[in-house]
Parts: sequence; structure tokens; C-alpha cells
Amino acid sequence: MAEAPLLEVNDLAVQFRAGGAVIDAVRGVSFRIERGETLALVGESGSGKSVTALSILQLLPYPAARHPGGSIKFKGEELMGASEAKLRSIRGNRVGMIFQEPLTALNPLHTVEKQINEVLIVHRGLNRGAARQRTLELLELVGIRKAAKRLGAYPHELSGGQRQRVMIAMALANDPELLIADEPTTAVDVTIQAQILKLLNELQQRFGMGLLFITHDLGLVRHTCDRVAVMQSGQIVETGSVADVFRAPQHPYTQRLLASEPKGAPAPVVSGAEEVMATRGFRVWYPIKAGIFRHTVDHVKAVDDVAFRVRAGETVGVVGESGSGKSSLGFGLLRLVESQGPIVFVGRDIQALKYGELRPIRRQLQIVFQDPFGSLSPRMTVGEIVAEGLKIHGIGADDDARELMVVAALEEVGLDPETRHRYPHEFSGGQRQRISIARALVLKPKLIVLDEPTSALDRSVQVQVIDLLRKLQRDHNLAYIFISHDLAVIRAMSHQVVVMREGKVVEQGPTAEILTRPKEAYTRALLAAAFDFKADESGVVKV
Amino acid sequence: MKPRSPNDHKFLWWRVRPITARRLANFRAHKRGYWSLWLFLFLFTFTLFAELIANDRPLLVWYDGGLYAPVLRDYSEQTFGGDLPTPAEYDKTLQEQIGKKGWMIWPLIPYSYKSPVKNLPKPAPTPPSWQNWLGTDYQARDVLARVIYGFRISVLFGLVLTILSSIVGVAAGAVQGYFGGRVDLYFQRFMEIWDSVPVLYLLIILSAFIQPDFWWLLGIMLLFSWMGLVGVVRAEFLRARNFDYVRAARAMGASSPAIMFRHILPNALVATISFMPFITSGSIGALTALDYLGFGLPPGSASLGELAKQGKEFATIAPWLGITAFVIVAIMLSLLVFIGEAVRDAFDPRKSAISSAPAAEPQPALPTAAAAPASGAIT
Repeated sequence: MAEAPLLEVNDLAVQFRAGGAVIDAVRGVSFRIERGETLALVGESGSGKSVTALSILQLLPYPAARHPGGSIKFKGEELMGASEAKLRSIRGNRVGMIFQEPLTALNPLHTVEKQINEVLIVHRGLNRGAARQRTLELLELVGIRKAAKRLGAYPHELSGGQRQRVMIAMALANDPELLIADEPTTAVDVTIQAQILKLLNELQQRFGMGLLFITHDLGLVRHTCDRVAVMQSGQIVETGSVADVFRAPQHPYTQRLLASEPKGAPAPVVSGAEEVMATRGFRVWYPIKAGIFRHTVDHVKAVDDVAFRVRAGETVGVVGESGSGKSSLGFGLLRLVESQGPIVFVGRDIQALKYGELRPIRRQLQIVFQDPFGSLSPRMTVGEIVAEGLKIHGIGADDDARELMVVAALEEVGLDPETRHRYPHEFSGGQRQRISIARALVLKPKLIVLDEPTSALDRSVQVQVIDLLRKLQRDHNLAYIFISHDLAVIRAMSHQVVVMREGKVVEQGPTAEILTRPKEAYTRALLAAAFDFKADESGVVKV
Repeated sequence: MKPRSPNDHKFLWWRVRPITARRLANFRAHKRGYWSLWLFLFLFTFTLFAELIANDRPLLVWYDGGLYAPVLRDYSEQTFGGDLPTPAEYDKTLQEQIGKKGWMIWPLIPYSYKSPVKNLPKPAPTPPSWQNWLGTDYQARDVLARVIYGFRISVLFGLVLTILSSIVGVAAGAVQGYFGGRVDLYFQRFMEIWDSVPVLYLLIILSAFIQPDFWWLLGIMLLFSWMGLVGVVRAEFLRARNFDYVRAARAMGASSPAIMFRHILPNALVATISFMPFITSGSIGALTALDYLGFGLPPGSASLGELAKQGKEFATIAPWLGITAFVIVAIMLSLLVFIGEAVRDAFDPRKSAISSAPAAEPQPALPTAAAAPASGAIT
């Protein structure tokens, strides 16, 4: 008789009730995982992949959520409708779970030791000494160096990568047979992501666990998983081995997802193009203050000694991991934070100008932010948001003239002009980012700083936004400073690349040269992690 | 050109945004608060016309072919065939005189808050009777008339003080939160000192030099009451000044006042508005307490605190005074607190997510956004 599969989900459905409405989050989802196998559940935001994962351990907010049907069998045992006591004996014990955001998934008031001990004490009834011993083993297993010293650390004292490792140690504490990883690397930098993936793979092979890997990143699936299930609007549209699905995707949605890697390159810069912005020795130092009189004792060198120039129609890509100072550089150049060093904008140094003197120039210097939810004032209509800059700078004779400009700008970014009467919350992430671009564009700027404009968007939407940005650059001869952590996007957008790390420039030059023949070890590690999901072995990247 | 939106919501005659419509629905769903608001509005409008309801002069007089409105202006006694050029007092003799050559319409309650009732059967204070529904106080004044005027002055005091202290408090909180740094540091220290000034002693000392009236009291209370809102508004501005849309406005060259008023203030308004009914009830309570202690409105004013004081002094011989004062103040403050609770619920984002308000459900622009609340709640 064949052994029952490790996990078998049949015809799972999840409904949410919000107010009077019922939302079908998941419908008719079926999949199975065998021992030692990795199944990837892939989908864009809102596709129901996290809800599916949470329903396996019955962790949804019942009774707001409910299951109209389906079965979840763990080694032949039905979990759907199982008693709370039985579920508790499985959660954290035979099935471990890793969450996306390790900072919120760990209790900030407990030490690492206490949190891992708790799992051991609850499920295995170990005493504190034995639990401590096991915790130490686990921390070493997940590759935390000097584990004994780290036992007493609180989550905020650890880096993002270390926190994710602690989460993994917690999930592994009781030798689970199945590990559910819900976007385990989305919140960490690419170099750390590569290390975490490597660790998960090693652990899986060593213990023969089943792994359910939930992600939005298809590239990652190709390198780490055996089988893949693609989800769209609450349903699985395609299942198969990774090799098959990537070679010959059957469903149109999978085909579209696979085709949505950012591709192409920006139009070349016209020779003799006007220099729009240049800086050298540029610094953004945040003072550290101490004492009653708050005198400055030291500085955080967010940006230290950066030099570059950007011409009309050219994109300078600034790439770096979190904390590299790339956003501070963008804010500093627009004089939104204090900085030192000349900022020459169209032949005029704007560093020393007063706020009022700067105002007429601001019109030509625009910015688009990362978070499409936070960057639009929630209490203004789209029309008011786009028209605000026109009013400030007194462009347009009257409201009717300005409305025409707003309509033109919205049309140019591919939005229906009728949307100007609506409020930002009615739009999806990609549409909001188009609104932000329209707000910048309507002022006819010469330079736009794009601060991670595509990071919060799904891949398929990213591609559309990149195409739009490239088209606008061609049409208006715009200069871009493009800030991103995503090398694939940088490659598709930039003429020049500046690689930053800890406030300093690691390497800079033409995009093709940097990406194909990197000189510095860090750049090589970054490229390997971003494009091949390979962990760095040279030791340039710290854990 | 008229703006048009696919999801129009109406409130009375105004077009409101979906979120406002949802808040109004939430407010209505809070039955106790909703009815309290109507009852309060009714009482307030009713007492606003106190002169037409309780007065010791007739509303209209028809005398010798002429129409007079004594509630609106003074007429001399000679107008009605009297002997003296002094302002007419519409007592029995004058009433008889007018009755001969015309007629007059009296208000519902023919007594004012300040003039004593004449011809009482017993020495004042007299218990409730058909003539004086809530009895009279020790100066023989009609209690019901005093309550009506007292309600009006209390509510007006509370509302004016609330509006003024909200304006000052929001402005102060906005400046501190928005500019932060040194401005915030020094302003906060100043407030800590200012907040520890004992207001009651200040009023006692001041009342030795001046006779405080409505505006004096308002001014002195305002000096200290504006600090209540500073905390919430400052916190909101500290939080919002680093929002991307505020940065975006700054990058566009918007001036600081424009950013503060257009972009950040609307966020702080929610906290302010939910606070307002509680500030109002607090101010009314404070005014009543001051009147009770005798440091409030000038003697003779219609004041609920003064009524409570009489209630204490004549607790055994005239219990209706104390009971009336208690019931009126309790009703007024309870109504305000109930309204405040409903307002707070209406602005509570968690409440609005749960409560059923089908008309107020915002229409997502894309199908993907429809699934977002479901997964967004967990991930």
C-alpha cells in the first residue's frame, strides 16, 4: 500500500466576509507535496497564495474567514475542522512556518533564546537547560556565527538576514516534516536572499522535509524548487514540474508572467546632449546628537563623496542594498535633506539657494516615490493632486486651462482622464504610480528622481511602468536618476550605473560594462545573487 | 465644468466622499449617539430662542390700533396709557390697561430668568406648581425660566470655548509637529510649565480685582484649555511630515503653510473632531463648577452652577432646586458624551471595516484590488 502523501490539499475554498459582502479568496485549490519535495506556490499580490498557506494550519481569522469546502490532509489525517488541541500539536511541531517579515513575526520584547525555547518547551516538554542546548544547536545549524553570544540578543539587535535565520531556527526546532515558507526572502536584500535560499535547500536535503514555498518571484522558483503551482485570483491555473512549466507554459497567465521580466534597454543618448545635473564630493551626513544641549558628537555618513553627472535623455541608475544611502542621495540632490557639495543644475549651483529662491527651479526637478500608497494625498482627488504643482508655480491662466493640462498628462501616462474626479484609494498600485508620474510630468521637468518607482509593484505591472518611463524619456528628452535595488530593472532603464554600499560608491560606469565585467568583488556578489540566486562565497557579504 | 464621479454619495444637499458617507452611516448606526445628537440639537435650538419662550413681557401687544413687540424693544409706560416715561413693566395694572383697548400674546412661560415672580402664595422658595412648573428659587425667580437660559449660556460657552481652543490648539500642535526640532523642544517645555498653573487659584485671585463675565471667563479658560488638543495634533504632524506625499509636495515647491493646511491637517482633523464633544462637555462642567463655587458668571446670571449651589443651601426646605440642577446638568453632559462616543466610532477605521454599510463600500477600480483586503489582512 502506497504511503499517504505528506500534504494533500483537495478542492480548498476560502471565503471572507467583509461588511455585507462575501469575497471568494480561494476557490477549488488542490495540490500535494511528497517528502523531500519543494512545491512553489507562485502568484501576484491578491492571488490568494498566502491565504492558502495559512489555511493549512487553520491560522486564518475565523469566523471572518470560512471554508465552504475542501480537505487538507497531513499524512492522511484531516486537518479541516480538526480540534484546536490537535492543530496545536501539529503547528510549530510537525509543520513549521516562516513568515515574510521577520521583524514583526518575532516578539520584540523577548530574547532569541526565549523565543526558540518556548517552541521546545511547549511541544517537547524540555527543561530550560536542555532547551538552551537545543536552541544553541539550531542557531549554529542556520549559520548564525558566535551563536552562544547571540542567545541573549533581542530581535532589533539582529540584521534582517539574521532575523530570518532565527525564524528558520524556530520553525525547525521540532524537526518538522513540512516547512511552509511564506515569501521568506521578500523583505531582505538580494545577497541575503541568496544565502537564505541556499540554507533552506541544504536543510531540506539534510532532513528530507517537504517544503511549500510561497513567492511572487518566478526567477527564484526556477533556481530553487521542484514543482510549481501558479495561482491567479484564488485559483491554481497551472501545475507541473519547474522544468516543464518554464519550458512550455500552457496557461496564458503563466506565459504572461514568464514574459514579464524587464527587458530591453533605454534609447541611446544623443551626442552633445546638455548636461542637466552634476555633482562631486557630494555628502549627506546625518548628525548624531548627545547630551542636554544636543551637540553633535558624530555623523551617520549616509552618502559620502559621490560624484556623477547626468545629461538630457540619460538615466543614471543608482543601485544598492537597503542602507546603502541611495535614497538619501536622491533626497539630497533635490535639497529635501541637508547635504554638502555642489549640485549643479543646468549650469547653476543650487546648493546655496534659499527655499524661496529654489521654488522656481523645483518645477524642473521632480521626484516619484517608491510607495504608491503613501505618495498620494488620500484626501485629494487625482485631478487636484496633479494640478497642485501647476497652481504652486502659477502655470496656466485659470482652472480650466490647468484642467486641460491635467487631462493631457493623465492621457500621456495611459490613464483615462475621467479618473481625475476619483480618489487615490480607488486605484491599483500600478495606476497610482502612473498618477505620481503624471504629477511630476505635468510640470514639464528636466530631471526626475525615481526612487524605487517599481519596487512595490508586481512584475507584470513593473514592465508596463518601465516601458512608460522609457517612452516619456524619449518623448521629452528627460534626465532620470533611477534609484533601485533591483538589478534587472536597472539594466532595463539605465545608461550609467552607480553601485553604492554603506554610503560610498563601489563602482560606477556605463551599464553594459558594469553588469558584464564588474571589477569589484561586491558588484560580482550582487550580480550573482540577483540574476542566478547564488550565494556569495568570497566573504564580501556579511551575514 | 461639474465634477462627476461614478460613486456619488449624498448627505442632505452636499456631495460627500465615500469615506465620509461611510462615517455618516457609522454615526447613524450608533443609535444612542444619533438620537442624542437630535435631542441635543432640539434642546439647543429651542433654548436659543429663550426670550420668546420664557419672558416677563408679552410677545405681541395690540393696543389702540397699534402693534407692539415688547420682546424686541422697550416701550415706555406712556405708550400704553400709563403716567410715567419709564420702560413699561407688564404687571397686573398695565395688563388690565392694555386689556381695555386691545390684547396681548404671552410667551409659554411668562417669567424671565432675572425678575422675581410677584404675588407668590408663600415666601420663596416655593415648590413646583401650575404657575411655576419647577418652583421658584430663594429670590422668587422661576426655576424653569432660569434653567432654559442657563442651558443656553452653558452650551454657548462650551461651544465657543471648544471652537476657540481647537483653533489655538491645532495651530500650536501643527507648528510644533511640523517644524519639530528646537521649536518643538522649547514649546513643549513651555507647555509643561503653563499646564501646571492652577487655574482655579488664578480665577480666585482675579475675581478679587475684576468682576468676571462671560467673555472674561472664556478668555481665562481659553488660556489653558487649548493644550488638550496639542498632543494629538502634534503627534499627527510629526508622523505625517515624513510621508511621501508631503515630501512630494515639498519637492514641488509648496510652501510650509500650504503643506500644513492642505496635506497634513486633514489627517489631524479626525483626531480633533472626535475630541471636540468631550472638550465641550469638559468646558460646560468647568463653568458649572466655577458658578457653584461663586467664581463664575456675575450674580443674577442664569447659571446652572448657581442653581446647584442653592440646591445645596436649601437642600432640606427646597429639594426641587438641587434635583433640577442635577438632572439638567446630567442630561446635558450625558448627551454630549453619547454624541462624542458616536463621533469617535464613526471615525474609527476598524469599526468602519466591520460594520455593515453597503452603500458606503468603496468600489475598487480593479478586480485585483477586491481580493486585496482579504490577503492584506493577514500578510
